[in-house]
Amino acid sequence: MPALAGLGLFLFAPILLALWVSFRDWSALAPLDTSTPVGTGNYQDLLIHSGIVQTDFARSLRNNLYYVLGVVPAQTVLSLLLAVVLNSKLLRGKAFFRTSFYFPSVTSSIAVAFIFVFLFSPSGVVNVLLSALLPGVVETVWLNEADGLIHIVLGWFGVGSAPGWMGADVMGLTLWDWVSGPSVAMSAVMILAIWTTTGTFMLMFLAGLQNIPEELEEAAIVDGANRRQRFFRVTLPLLRPTLFLVLTLGLIGTWQVFDQVYAMTSGGPQKTTLTPSYLIYREGFENSAMGRAAAIAFILFALILAFTGLQRLILRRNL
Amino acid sequence: MTRRLTGYTLLVSFAFIFLYPFLLSLATTWKSRAEVAAHPVLPWPLDPSSRAWENILVHSDFPLWTINSVTVTVLATLLRLFLDSLAGYSLARLNWRGRGPVFAFVLGVLAVPPIVLTVPRFLVLKEMGLLNSYAGLVLPLAVDAVGIFIMTQFFQGLPAELEEAARIDGAGIFRTFWSVMLPLARPGLITLAILSFQGTWNEFLLPLIVVRASPQLWTLPFGLSTLGRGGAGGQTFDYPVMLAGSMLTIIPLAIVFIVLQRFFARGVVAGAVKG
Repeated sequence: MPALAGLGLFLFAPILLALWVSFRDWSALAPLDTSTPVGTGNYQDLLIHSGIVQTDFARSLRNNLYYVLGVVPAQTVLSLLLAVVLNSKLLRGKAFFRTSFYFPSVTSSIAVAFIFVFLFSPSGVVNVLLSALLPGVVETVWLNEADGLIHIVLGWFGVGSAPGWMGADVMGLTLWDWVSGPSVAMSAVMILAIWTTTGTFMLMFLAGLQNIPEELEEAAIVDGANRRQRFFRVTLPLLRPTLFLVLTLGLIGTWQVFDQVYAMTSGGPQKTTLTPSYLIYREGFENSAMGRAAAIAFILFALILAFTGLQRLILRRNL
Repeated sequence: MTRRLTGYTLLVSFAFIFLYPFLLSLATTWKSRAEVAAHPVLPWPLDPSSRAWENILVHSDFPLWTINSVTVTVLATLLRLFLDSLAGYSLARLNWRGRGPVFAFVLGVLAVPPIVLTVPRFLVLKEMGLLNSYAGLVLPLAVDAVGIFIMTQFFQGLPAELEEAARIDGAGIFRTFWSVMLPLARPGLITLAILSFQGTWNEFLLPLIVVRASPQLWTLPFGLSTLGRGGAGGQTFDYPVMLAGSMLTIIPLAIVFIVLQRFFARGVVAGAVKG
Protein backbone atom coordinates (compact mmCIF):
# COMPACT_ATOMS: atom_id res chain seq x y z
CA MET A 1 0.00 0.00 0.00
CA PRO A 2 2.66 2.60 0.80
CA ALA A 3 4.25 1.87 -2.54
CA LEU A 4 0.96 2.45 -4.28
CA ALA A 5 0.55 5.68 -2.39
CA GLY A 6 4.04 6.63 -3.60
CA LEU A 7 3.13 5.76 -7.16
CA GLY A 8 0.03 7.93 -6.83
CA LEU A 9 1.98 10.77 -5.30
CA PHE A 10 4.77 10.75 -7.87
CA LEU A 11 2.77 9.91 -10.96
CA PHE A 12 -0.91 10.56 -10.88
CA ALA A 13 -1.28 13.76 -8.89
CA PRO A 14 1.61 15.43 -10.75
CA ILE A 15 0.07 14.60 -14.10
CA LEU A 16 -3.12 16.41 -13.11
CA LEU A 17 -1.07 19.32 -11.81
CA ALA A 18 0.85 19.48 -15.09
CA LEU A 19 -2.38 19.42 -17.06
CA TRP A 20 -3.49 22.43 -15.03
CA VAL A 21 -0.17 24.19 -15.67
CA SER A 22 -0.49 23.57 -19.41
CA PHE A 23 -3.41 26.04 -19.36
CA ARG A 24 -1.40 28.69 -17.56
CA ASP A 25 1.53 31.00 -18.15
CA TRP A 26 4.20 30.09 -15.60
CA SER A 27 7.89 30.96 -15.68
CA ALA A 28 9.03 28.11 -13.35
CA LEU A 29 11.09 30.68 -11.46
CA ALA A 30 8.25 32.43 -9.64
CA PRO A 31 5.98 30.54 -7.20
CA LEU A 32 3.32 28.44 -8.89
CA ASP A 33 0.39 30.49 -7.55
CA THR A 34 1.67 33.64 -9.28
CA SER A 35 1.04 32.06 -12.68
CA THR A 36 -1.78 33.46 -14.80
CA PRO A 37 -4.45 31.43 -16.59
CA VAL A 38 -4.24 31.63 -20.39
CA GLY A 39 -6.95 29.15 -21.33
CA THR A 40 -5.90 27.14 -24.37
CA GLY A 41 -3.33 29.81 -25.28
CA ASN A 42 -0.33 27.49 -24.98
CA TYR A 43 -1.93 24.92 -27.26
CA GLN A 44 -2.97 27.60 -29.76
CA ASP A 45 0.58 28.99 -29.90
CA LEU A 46 1.86 25.53 -30.79
CA LEU A 47 -0.81 24.43 -33.23
CA ILE A 48 -2.65 27.42 -34.67
CA HIS A 49 -1.03 30.85 -34.23
CA SER A 50 1.77 31.33 -36.70
CA GLY A 51 5.05 32.38 -35.20
CA ILE A 52 8.39 31.03 -34.06
CA VAL A 53 6.77 28.78 -31.44
CA GLN A 54 4.59 27.07 -34.02
CA THR A 55 7.38 26.78 -36.58
CA ASP A 56 9.73 25.21 -34.03
CA PHE A 57 7.04 22.76 -32.97
CA ALA A 58 6.35 21.86 -36.61
CA ARG A 59 10.08 21.37 -37.18
CA SER A 60 10.31 19.10 -34.14
CA LEU A 61 7.39 16.99 -35.38
CA ARG A 62 8.90 16.71 -38.84
CA ASN A 63 12.33 15.74 -37.48
CA ASN A 64 10.95 13.16 -35.10
CA LEU A 65 8.64 11.69 -37.73
CA TYR A 66 11.58 10.98 -40.05
CA TYR A 67 13.49 9.64 -37.06
CA VAL A 68 10.67 7.18 -36.26
CA LEU A 69 10.27 6.15 -39.91
CA GLY A 70 13.98 5.44 -40.17
CA VAL A 71 14.76 3.88 -36.81
CA VAL A 72 11.75 1.63 -36.13
CA PRO A 73 11.90 -0.48 -39.33
CA ALA A 74 15.69 -0.69 -39.21
CA GLN A 75 15.91 -1.79 -35.58
CA THR A 76 13.07 -4.30 -36.03
CA VAL A 77 14.46 -5.94 -39.18
CA LEU A 78 18.03 -5.98 -37.89
CA SER A 79 17.13 -7.42 -34.49
CA LEU A 80 14.94 -10.09 -36.10
CA LEU A 81 17.73 -11.01 -38.51
CA LEU A 82 20.29 -11.34 -35.71
CA ALA A 83 17.87 -13.33 -33.55
CA VAL A 84 17.09 -15.78 -36.37
CA VAL A 85 20.78 -16.31 -37.14
CA LEU A 86 21.63 -16.73 -33.43
CA ASN A 87 18.77 -19.19 -33.01
CA SER A 88 20.13 -21.49 -35.73
CA LYS A 89 21.36 -24.79 -34.36
CA LEU A 90 24.40 -24.95 -36.61
CA LEU A 91 26.43 -22.22 -34.99
CA ARG A 92 28.72 -22.13 -31.94
CA GLY A 93 29.81 -19.30 -29.67
CA LYS A 94 26.30 -17.92 -29.47
CA ALA A 95 26.71 -16.66 -25.90
CA PHE A 96 29.59 -14.42 -26.97
CA PHE A 97 27.72 -12.97 -29.92
CA ARG A 98 24.54 -12.45 -27.94
CA THR A 99 26.46 -10.62 -25.23
CA SER A 100 28.31 -8.38 -27.66
CA PHE A 101 25.15 -7.47 -29.57
CA TYR A 102 23.33 -6.63 -26.37
CA PHE A 103 26.17 -4.74 -24.69
CA PRO A 104 25.53 -1.29 -26.25
CA SER A 105 21.96 -1.43 -24.93
CA VAL A 106 22.99 -1.43 -21.27
CA THR A 107 25.41 1.49 -21.44
CA SER A 108 24.79 5.13 -20.56
CA SER A 109 23.08 7.09 -23.32
CA ILE A 110 25.33 10.11 -22.76
CA ALA A 111 28.51 8.01 -22.83
CA VAL A 112 27.63 6.29 -26.12
CA ALA A 113 26.46 9.60 -27.58
CA PHE A 114 29.96 10.98 -26.92
CA ILE A 115 31.48 7.89 -28.51
CA PHE A 116 29.41 8.62 -31.60
CA VAL A 117 30.33 12.31 -31.57
CA PHE A 118 33.91 11.06 -31.75
CA LEU A 119 33.20 8.51 -34.50
CA PHE A 120 31.36 11.11 -36.60
CA SER A 121 33.83 13.95 -35.93
CA PRO A 122 35.37 15.62 -39.00
CA SER A 123 38.57 13.56 -38.84
CA GLY A 124 36.86 10.60 -37.19
CA VAL A 125 36.46 6.96 -38.12
CA VAL A 126 33.37 7.35 -40.28
CA ASN A 127 34.97 9.93 -42.53
CA VAL A 128 38.24 7.99 -42.69
CA LEU A 129 36.41 4.81 -43.73
CA LEU A 130 34.22 6.60 -46.25
CA SER A 131 37.13 8.32 -47.97
CA ALA A 132 39.03 5.01 -48.04
CA LEU A 133 36.08 3.16 -49.61
CA LEU A 134 34.90 5.91 -51.91
CA PRO A 135 37.90 8.00 -52.95
CA GLY A 136 37.00 11.51 -53.94
CA VAL A 137 34.06 11.84 -51.56
CA VAL A 138 34.20 15.15 -49.78
CA GLU A 139 34.51 14.71 -46.02
CA THR A 140 31.37 15.78 -44.20
CA VAL A 141 31.11 17.49 -40.86
CA TRP A 142 28.25 15.11 -40.04
CA LEU A 143 26.81 16.78 -36.98
CA ASN A 144 26.92 20.21 -38.63
CA GLU A 145 25.14 19.24 -41.83
CA ALA A 146 21.53 20.47 -41.95
CA ASP A 147 20.63 19.34 -45.49
CA GLY A 148 17.82 16.79 -45.58
CA LEU A 149 18.45 13.41 -47.22
CA ILE A 150 15.42 13.67 -49.50
CA HIS A 151 16.45 17.20 -50.54
CA ILE A 152 19.96 15.92 -51.28
CA VAL A 153 18.65 13.09 -53.46
CA LEU A 154 16.26 15.45 -55.26
CA GLY A 155 19.23 17.72 -55.83
CA TRP A 156 21.00 14.91 -57.73
CA PHE A 157 18.07 14.93 -60.14
CA GLY A 158 18.28 18.65 -60.58
CA VAL A 159 15.47 19.60 -58.21
CA GLY A 160 17.44 21.97 -56.08
CA SER A 161 14.71 24.26 -54.82
CA ALA A 162 11.01 24.23 -54.18
CA PRO A 163 8.63 24.08 -57.13
CA GLY A 164 6.06 26.86 -56.81
CA TRP A 165 3.21 24.76 -55.47
CA MET A 166 5.41 23.46 -52.64
CA GLY A 167 5.74 26.93 -51.18
CA ALA A 168 2.41 26.40 -49.43
CA ASP A 169 2.60 26.85 -45.70
CA VAL A 170 1.53 24.12 -43.26
CA MET A 171 1.97 24.98 -39.57
CA GLY A 172 4.62 27.56 -40.39
CA LEU A 173 6.74 25.26 -42.55
CA THR A 174 6.55 25.13 -46.33
CA LEU A 175 5.61 21.80 -47.91
CA TRP A 176 9.12 21.75 -49.37
CA ASP A 177 10.56 21.91 -45.84
CA TRP A 178 8.20 19.17 -44.65
CA VAL A 179 9.55 16.72 -47.26
CA SER A 180 13.21 17.46 -46.53
CA GLY A 181 13.86 14.03 -45.01
CA PRO A 182 16.09 13.67 -41.95
CA SER A 183 19.12 15.95 -41.99
CA VAL A 184 22.58 14.44 -42.22
CA ALA A 185 23.10 15.30 -38.54
CA MET A 186 19.83 13.57 -37.62
CA SER A 187 20.94 10.51 -39.58
CA ALA A 188 23.96 10.19 -37.28
CA VAL A 189 21.62 10.28 -34.27
CA MET A 190 19.43 7.66 -35.97
CA ILE A 191 22.40 5.36 -36.56
CA LEU A 192 23.26 5.67 -32.86
CA ALA A 193 19.68 4.81 -31.90
CA ILE A 194 19.62 1.72 -34.12
CA TRP A 195 23.00 0.65 -32.77
CA THR A 196 21.91 0.90 -29.12
CA THR A 197 18.42 -0.61 -29.34
CA THR A 198 18.93 -3.58 -31.67
CA GLY A 199 20.38 -5.78 -28.91
CA THR A 200 17.38 -5.43 -26.62
CA PHE A 201 14.89 -6.24 -29.34
CA MET A 202 17.05 -9.13 -30.49
CA LEU A 203 16.73 -10.67 -27.01
CA MET A 204 12.94 -10.33 -27.22
CA PHE A 205 12.85 -12.00 -30.63
CA LEU A 206 15.14 -14.77 -29.33
CA ALA A 207 12.75 -15.43 -26.45
CA GLY A 208 9.88 -15.48 -28.95
CA LEU A 209 11.71 -17.87 -31.29
CA GLN A 210 12.48 -20.25 -28.45
CA ASN A 211 8.78 -20.48 -27.67
CA ILE A 212 8.05 -21.89 -31.14
CA PRO A 213 7.81 -25.69 -30.90
CA GLU A 214 10.36 -27.51 -33.05
CA GLU A 215 7.72 -29.93 -34.35
CA LEU A 216 6.17 -27.18 -36.43
CA GLU A 217 9.44 -26.47 -38.19
CA GLU A 218 9.97 -30.19 -38.77
CA ALA A 219 6.45 -30.65 -40.08
CA ALA A 220 7.04 -27.82 -42.55
CA ILE A 221 10.26 -29.51 -43.72
CA VAL A 222 8.40 -32.79 -44.20
CA ASP A 223 5.78 -30.92 -46.24
CA GLY A 224 8.58 -29.77 -48.51
CA ALA A 225 8.62 -26.08 -47.60
CA ASN A 226 11.89 -24.34 -48.46
CA ARG A 227 13.67 -22.10 -46.02
CA ARG A 228 12.08 -18.90 -47.24
CA GLN A 229 8.59 -20.40 -47.09
CA ARG A 230 9.26 -21.77 -43.60
CA PHE A 231 10.32 -18.34 -42.38
CA PHE A 232 7.48 -16.34 -43.90
CA ARG A 233 4.69 -18.94 -43.51
CA VAL A 234 5.57 -20.60 -40.20
CA THR A 235 8.04 -18.63 -38.10
CA LEU A 236 6.93 -15.07 -38.76
CA PRO A 237 3.18 -15.62 -38.10
CA LEU A 238 4.07 -17.37 -34.83
CA LEU A 239 6.31 -14.46 -33.86
CA ARG A 240 3.43 -12.04 -34.22
CA PRO A 241 3.05 -11.25 -30.51
CA THR A 242 6.78 -10.48 -30.22
CA LEU A 243 6.72 -8.40 -33.39
CA PHE A 244 3.79 -6.50 -31.99
CA LEU A 245 5.66 -5.83 -28.77
CA VAL A 246 8.88 -4.77 -30.51
CA LEU A 247 7.07 -2.36 -32.82
CA THR A 248 5.08 -0.87 -29.95
CA LEU A 249 8.12 -0.39 -27.71
CA GLY A 250 10.05 0.93 -30.71
CA LEU A 251 7.40 3.53 -31.50
CA ILE A 252 7.08 4.65 -27.89
CA GLY A 253 10.86 4.87 -27.53
CA THR A 254 11.60 6.71 -30.76
CA TRP A 255 8.94 9.37 -30.16
CA GLN A 256 10.74 10.45 -27.01
CA VAL A 257 14.34 10.68 -28.16
CA PHE A 258 16.05 13.16 -25.89
CA ASP A 259 19.39 12.20 -24.27
CA GLN A 260 21.14 11.61 -27.60
CA VAL A 261 19.92 14.90 -29.07
CA TYR A 262 20.93 16.75 -25.92
CA ALA A 263 24.45 15.32 -25.96
CA MET A 264 25.16 15.18 -29.69
CA THR A 265 23.54 18.21 -31.30
CA SER A 266 21.41 20.24 -28.84
CA GLY A 267 18.72 20.43 -31.52
CA GLY A 268 21.03 21.91 -34.16
CA PRO A 269 22.23 22.36 -36.91
CA GLN A 270 19.53 24.79 -38.01
CA LYS A 271 17.04 23.06 -35.68
CA THR A 272 17.04 19.89 -37.78
CA THR A 273 17.47 17.62 -34.75
CA LEU A 274 14.95 19.44 -32.62
CA THR A 275 12.39 16.92 -31.33
CA PRO A 276 9.23 17.44 -29.25
CA SER A 277 11.02 15.94 -26.23
CA TYR A 278 13.94 18.29 -26.64
CA LEU A 279 11.52 21.17 -27.10
CA ILE A 280 9.84 20.29 -23.76
CA TYR A 281 13.21 20.63 -22.08
CA ARG A 282 14.21 23.77 -23.97
CA GLU A 283 10.94 25.63 -23.39
CA GLY A 284 10.42 24.52 -19.80
CA PHE A 285 13.91 24.51 -18.37
CA GLU A 286 15.95 26.86 -20.54
CA ASN A 287 13.32 29.38 -21.67
CA SER A 288 11.25 29.19 -18.46
CA ALA A 289 7.97 28.67 -20.32
CA MET A 290 6.74 25.78 -18.17
CA GLY A 291 3.11 26.08 -19.29
CA ARG A 292 4.13 25.68 -22.93
CA ALA A 293 6.43 22.75 -22.05
CA ALA A 294 3.52 21.02 -20.31
CA ALA A 295 1.31 21.60 -23.35
CA ILE A 296 3.94 20.05 -25.65
CA ALA A 297 4.18 17.08 -23.27
CA PHE A 298 0.45 16.42 -23.51
CA ILE A 299 0.39 16.77 -27.30
CA LEU A 300 3.34 14.38 -27.50
CA PHE A 301 1.57 11.89 -25.24
CA ALA A 302 -1.56 12.06 -27.41
CA LEU A 303 0.62 11.58 -30.49
CA ILE A 304 2.29 8.47 -29.04
CA LEU A 305 -1.08 6.99 -28.12
CA ALA A 306 -2.39 7.73 -31.62
CA PHE A 307 0.63 6.15 -33.30
CA THR A 308 0.58 2.97 -31.22
CA GLY A 309 -3.17 2.70 -31.80
CA LEU A 310 -2.70 3.11 -35.54
CA GLN A 311 0.08 0.53 -35.60
CA ARG A 312 -2.13 -1.96 -33.72
CA LEU A 313 -4.91 -1.42 -36.21
CA ILE A 314 -2.65 -1.94 -39.22
CA LEU A 315 -0.94 -5.02 -37.81
CA ARG A 316 -4.21 -6.62 -36.81
CA ARG A 317 -5.49 -6.26 -40.34
CA ASN A 318 -2.42 -7.35 -42.23
CA LEU A 319 -0.94 -10.26 -40.32
CA MET B 1 28.36 -25.38 -45.19
CA THR B 2 27.95 -22.13 -47.12
CA ARG B 3 25.01 -21.39 -44.89
CA ARG B 4 27.14 -21.77 -41.78
CA LEU B 5 29.80 -19.55 -43.34
CA THR B 6 27.25 -16.84 -44.13
CA GLY B 7 25.96 -17.11 -40.57
CA TYR B 8 29.41 -16.68 -39.03
CA THR B 9 30.34 -13.85 -41.37
CA LEU B 10 27.20 -12.01 -40.38
CA LEU B 11 27.73 -12.60 -36.66
CA VAL B 12 31.39 -11.63 -36.71
CA SER B 13 30.78 -8.45 -38.68
CA PHE B 14 28.00 -7.37 -36.35
CA ALA B 15 30.08 -8.22 -33.27
CA PHE B 16 32.72 -5.94 -34.80
CA ILE B 17 30.20 -3.14 -35.38
CA PHE B 18 28.90 -3.39 -31.83
CA LEU B 19 32.25 -3.75 -30.03
CA TYR B 20 34.77 -1.78 -32.08
CA PRO B 21 33.46 1.67 -30.99
CA PHE B 22 34.07 0.69 -27.34
CA LEU B 23 37.55 -0.70 -28.00
CA LEU B 24 38.50 2.31 -30.08
CA SER B 25 37.23 4.69 -27.40
CA LEU B 26 39.10 2.85 -24.68
CA ALA B 27 42.29 3.06 -26.77
CA THR B 28 41.69 6.72 -27.51
CA THR B 29 41.68 7.57 -23.80
CA TRP B 30 45.38 6.57 -23.78
CA LYS B 31 46.30 8.62 -26.83
CA SER B 32 47.51 12.22 -26.93
CA ARG B 33 45.36 14.73 -28.79
CA ALA B 34 47.92 14.84 -31.60
CA GLU B 35 47.81 11.08 -31.94
CA VAL B 36 44.00 11.07 -32.04
CA ALA B 37 44.13 13.47 -34.97
CA ALA B 38 46.85 11.49 -36.75
CA HIS B 39 45.53 7.95 -36.13
CA PRO B 40 41.80 8.14 -35.34
CA VAL B 41 41.03 4.55 -36.38
CA LEU B 42 43.76 2.55 -34.64
CA PRO B 43 42.27 0.60 -31.68
CA TRP B 44 45.46 0.80 -29.59
CA PRO B 45 47.68 3.73 -28.56
CA LEU B 46 51.10 4.01 -30.23
CA ASP B 47 52.53 6.25 -27.55
CA PRO B 48 50.42 5.66 -24.41
CA SER B 49 49.73 8.73 -22.34
CA SER B 50 47.80 8.80 -19.07
CA ARG B 51 46.99 12.51 -19.38
CA ALA B 52 43.26 12.02 -20.02
CA TRP B 53 42.81 9.68 -17.05
CA GLU B 54 44.81 11.99 -14.76
CA ASN B 55 42.59 14.81 -15.90
CA ILE B 56 39.46 12.84 -15.11
CA LEU B 57 40.50 11.14 -11.90
CA VAL B 58 42.66 13.85 -10.29
CA HIS B 59 41.81 17.24 -11.75
CA SER B 60 38.04 17.00 -12.09
CA ASP B 61 34.89 16.34 -10.08
CA PHE B 62 34.48 12.88 -11.58
CA PRO B 63 35.35 11.11 -8.30
CA LEU B 64 32.63 13.14 -6.54
CA TRP B 65 30.12 12.37 -9.33
CA THR B 66 31.00 8.67 -9.06
CA ILE B 67 30.26 8.72 -5.32
CA ASN B 68 26.95 10.49 -6.01
CA SER B 69 26.04 7.96 -8.68
CA VAL B 70 26.83 5.02 -6.41
CA THR B 71 24.84 6.53 -3.53
CA VAL B 72 21.79 7.32 -5.65
CA THR B 73 21.87 3.96 -7.44
CA VAL B 74 22.17 1.92 -4.23
CA LEU B 75 19.49 3.88 -2.35
CA ALA B 76 17.02 3.89 -5.25
CA THR B 77 17.55 0.19 -5.93
CA LEU B 78 17.04 -0.81 -2.28
CA LEU B 79 13.91 1.31 -2.00
CA ARG B 80 12.60 -0.06 -5.26
CA LEU B 81 13.16 -3.67 -4.22
CA PHE B 82 11.30 -3.09 -0.97
CA LEU B 83 8.43 -0.94 -2.23
CA ASP B 84 7.85 -2.75 -5.54
CA SER B 85 7.73 -6.16 -3.89
CA LEU B 86 5.45 -4.87 -1.14
CA ALA B 87 3.10 -3.40 -3.73
CA GLY B 88 3.37 -6.49 -5.92
CA TYR B 89 2.57 -8.74 -2.97
CA SER B 90 -0.37 -6.60 -2.02
CA LEU B 91 -1.73 -6.67 -5.57
CA ALA B 92 -1.13 -10.38 -6.06
CA ARG B 93 -2.14 -11.84 -2.74
CA LEU B 94 -4.16 -9.53 -0.52
CA ASN B 95 -7.84 -8.99 -1.07
CA TRP B 96 -8.85 -5.39 -0.81
CA ARG B 97 -11.40 -3.26 -2.53
CA GLY B 98 -10.29 -1.60 -5.72
CA ARG B 99 -7.42 -3.98 -6.34
CA GLY B 100 -8.42 -4.52 -9.97
CA PRO B 101 -8.60 -0.84 -10.91
CA VAL B 102 -5.30 -0.14 -9.15
CA PHE B 103 -3.58 -2.89 -11.11
CA ALA B 104 -5.04 -1.48 -14.33
CA PHE B 105 -3.74 1.92 -13.29
CA VAL B 106 -0.23 0.51 -12.77
CA LEU B 107 -0.39 -0.90 -16.29
CA GLY B 108 -1.56 2.45 -17.60
CA VAL B 109 1.33 4.26 -15.96
CA LEU B 110 3.74 1.96 -17.82
CA ALA B 111 2.63 3.64 -21.01
CA VAL B 112 3.37 7.22 -19.93
CA PRO B 113 6.71 8.25 -21.40
CA PRO B 114 9.32 9.59 -18.93
CA ILE B 115 9.78 12.78 -20.94
CA VAL B 116 6.08 13.53 -20.49
CA LEU B 117 6.56 13.05 -16.74
CA THR B 118 9.40 15.57 -16.66
CA VAL B 119 7.20 18.60 -16.09
CA PRO B 120 4.94 16.91 -13.47
CA ARG B 121 7.97 15.57 -11.59
CA PHE B 122 9.60 18.96 -11.57
CA LEU B 123 6.40 20.53 -10.25
CA VAL B 124 6.05 18.09 -7.36
CA LEU B 125 9.71 18.23 -6.38
CA LYS B 126 9.62 22.01 -6.49
CA GLU B 127 6.48 22.22 -4.36
CA MET B 128 8.01 19.78 -1.85
CA GLY B 129 11.26 21.76 -1.76
CA LEU B 130 13.26 18.77 -2.97
CA LEU B 131 15.01 20.40 -5.93
CA ASN B 132 18.79 20.28 -5.58
CA SER B 133 18.78 17.53 -2.96
CA TYR B 134 19.68 13.84 -2.77
CA ALA B 135 16.05 13.08 -1.91
CA GLY B 136 14.97 14.70 -5.20
CA LEU B 137 17.34 12.39 -7.08
CA VAL B 138 16.25 9.23 -5.28
CA LEU B 139 12.54 9.46 -4.41
CA PRO B 140 11.13 9.73 -7.97
CA LEU B 141 13.07 6.53 -8.79
CA ALA B 142 12.05 4.68 -5.61
CA VAL B 143 8.92 3.10 -7.07
CA ASP B 144 8.39 2.09 -10.65
CA ALA B 145 5.48 0.54 -12.47
CA VAL B 146 7.54 -2.05 -14.37
CA GLY B 147 8.94 -3.35 -11.09
CA ILE B 148 5.52 -3.57 -9.46
CA PHE B 149 4.27 -5.43 -12.50
CA ILE B 150 7.16 -7.93 -12.44
CA MET B 151 6.73 -8.59 -8.71
CA THR B 152 2.95 -8.97 -8.99
CA GLN B 153 3.43 -11.55 -11.73
CA PHE B 154 6.02 -13.31 -9.64
CA PHE B 155 3.97 -13.51 -6.45
CA GLN B 156 0.96 -14.75 -8.41
CA GLY B 157 3.07 -17.71 -9.51
CA LEU B 158 3.99 -18.83 -5.96
CA PRO B 159 1.98 -21.59 -4.21
CA ALA B 160 -0.60 -20.40 -1.68
CA GLU B 161 -0.06 -23.26 0.82
CA LEU B 162 3.08 -21.81 2.40
CA GLU B 163 1.35 -18.57 3.07
CA GLU B 164 -1.59 -20.31 4.68
CA ALA B 165 0.75 -22.36 6.86
CA ALA B 166 2.43 -19.16 8.05
CA ARG B 167 -0.94 -17.59 8.80
CA ILE B 168 -1.98 -20.62 10.85
CA ASP B 169 1.28 -20.37 12.78
CA GLY B 170 0.14 -16.90 13.78
CA ALA B 171 2.30 -14.71 11.51
CA GLY B 172 0.82 -11.31 10.56
CA ILE B 173 0.59 -10.02 7.02
CA PHE B 174 3.90 -8.19 7.05
CA ARG B 175 5.65 -11.07 8.82
CA THR B 176 4.33 -13.53 6.22
CA PHE B 177 5.48 -11.25 3.44
CA TRP B 178 8.93 -10.58 4.91
CA SER B 179 9.93 -14.02 6.22
CA VAL B 180 8.07 -16.42 3.97
CA MET B 181 7.21 -14.89 0.61
CA LEU B 182 10.12 -12.52 0.02
CA PRO B 183 12.83 -15.22 0.29
CA LEU B 184 10.87 -17.27 -2.25
CA ALA B 185 10.77 -14.34 -4.61
CA ARG B 186 14.55 -14.14 -4.88
CA PRO B 187 14.77 -14.73 -8.67
CA GLY B 188 12.26 -11.96 -9.26
CA LEU B 189 14.16 -9.68 -6.90
CA ILE B 190 17.45 -10.29 -8.71
CA THR B 191 15.84 -9.40 -12.05
CA LEU B 192 14.35 -6.29 -10.53
CA ALA B 193 17.62 -5.28 -8.86
CA ILE B 194 19.46 -5.49 -12.16
CA LEU B 195 16.87 -3.54 -14.12
CA SER B 196 16.85 -0.92 -11.41
CA PHE B 197 20.64 -0.72 -11.11
CA GLN B 198 21.02 -0.26 -14.85
CA GLY B 199 18.20 2.26 -15.12
CA THR B 200 19.29 4.38 -12.17
CA TRP B 201 22.98 4.35 -13.01
CA ASN B 202 22.28 5.61 -16.54
CA GLU B 203 19.48 8.03 -15.56
CA PHE B 204 20.07 11.39 -17.18
CA LEU B 205 16.78 13.25 -17.38
CA LEU B 206 16.12 13.38 -13.63
CA PRO B 207 19.50 14.85 -12.60
CA LEU B 208 19.16 17.29 -15.49
CA ILE B 209 15.96 18.77 -14.12
CA VAL B 210 16.60 18.31 -10.40
CA VAL B 211 20.26 19.11 -9.64
CA ARG B 212 21.40 21.10 -12.67
CA ALA B 213 22.21 24.06 -10.43
CA SER B 214 24.15 22.06 -7.79
CA PRO B 215 27.42 20.68 -9.17
CA GLN B 216 28.14 18.93 -5.85
CA LEU B 217 25.10 16.67 -6.48
CA TRP B 218 25.78 15.81 -10.13
CA THR B 219 25.79 12.14 -11.09
CA LEU B 220 28.16 10.55 -13.62
CA PRO B 221 25.95 10.79 -16.73
CA PHE B 222 25.04 14.39 -15.99
CA GLY B 223 28.56 15.48 -15.03
CA LEU B 224 29.82 13.73 -18.17
CA SER B 225 27.33 15.61 -20.35
CA THR B 226 28.86 18.93 -19.30
CA LEU B 227 32.18 17.97 -20.94
CA GLY B 228 31.06 18.40 -24.52
CA ARG B 229 27.42 19.05 -25.02
CA GLY B 230 26.09 19.52 -28.54
CA GLY B 231 28.95 18.02 -30.52
CA ALA B 232 28.37 19.90 -33.79
CA GLY B 233 31.67 20.69 -35.42
CA GLY B 234 33.64 19.21 -32.63
CA GLN B 235 37.15 20.04 -33.83
CA THR B 236 37.90 21.60 -30.49
CA PHE B 237 36.78 18.75 -28.24
CA ASP B 238 39.34 17.05 -26.05
CA TYR B 239 38.32 13.57 -27.18
CA PRO B 240 40.66 11.56 -24.91
CA VAL B 241 39.18 13.32 -21.85
CA MET B 242 35.56 13.08 -23.09
CA LEU B 243 35.98 9.40 -23.82
CA ALA B 244 37.77 8.70 -20.52
CA GLY B 245 34.72 10.17 -18.80
CA SER B 246 32.45 8.01 -20.96
CA MET B 247 34.48 4.93 -20.15
CA LEU B 248 34.34 5.70 -16.42
CA THR B 249 30.55 5.84 -16.76
CA ILE B 250 30.35 2.63 -18.78
CA ILE B 251 32.91 0.38 -17.06
CA PRO B 252 31.21 -0.20 -13.66
CA LEU B 253 28.02 -1.25 -15.41
CA ALA B 254 29.99 -3.34 -17.92
CA ILE B 255 31.52 -5.32 -15.04
CA VAL B 256 28.11 -5.93 -13.48
CA PHE B 257 26.79 -6.85 -16.92
CA ILE B 258 29.49 -9.40 -17.68
CA VAL B 259 29.23 -11.04 -14.25
CA LEU B 260 25.42 -11.20 -14.23
CA GLN B 261 24.65 -11.36 -17.94
CA ARG B 262 22.18 -14.25 -17.80
CA PHE B 263 20.03 -12.19 -15.40
CA PHE B 264 20.17 -9.20 -17.74
CA ALA B 265 18.63 -11.27 -20.54
CA ARG B 266 15.92 -12.42 -18.16
CA GLY B 267 15.24 -8.83 -17.13
CA VAL B 268 14.64 -7.78 -20.72
CA VAL B 269 12.20 -10.60 -21.30
CA ALA B 270 10.45 -10.03 -17.96
CA GLY B 271 10.22 -6.32 -18.63
CA ALA B 272 8.93 -7.07 -22.11
CA VAL B 273 6.03 -9.24 -20.95
CA LYS B 274 4.35 -6.08 -19.79
CA GLY B 275 3.25 -5.31 -23.36
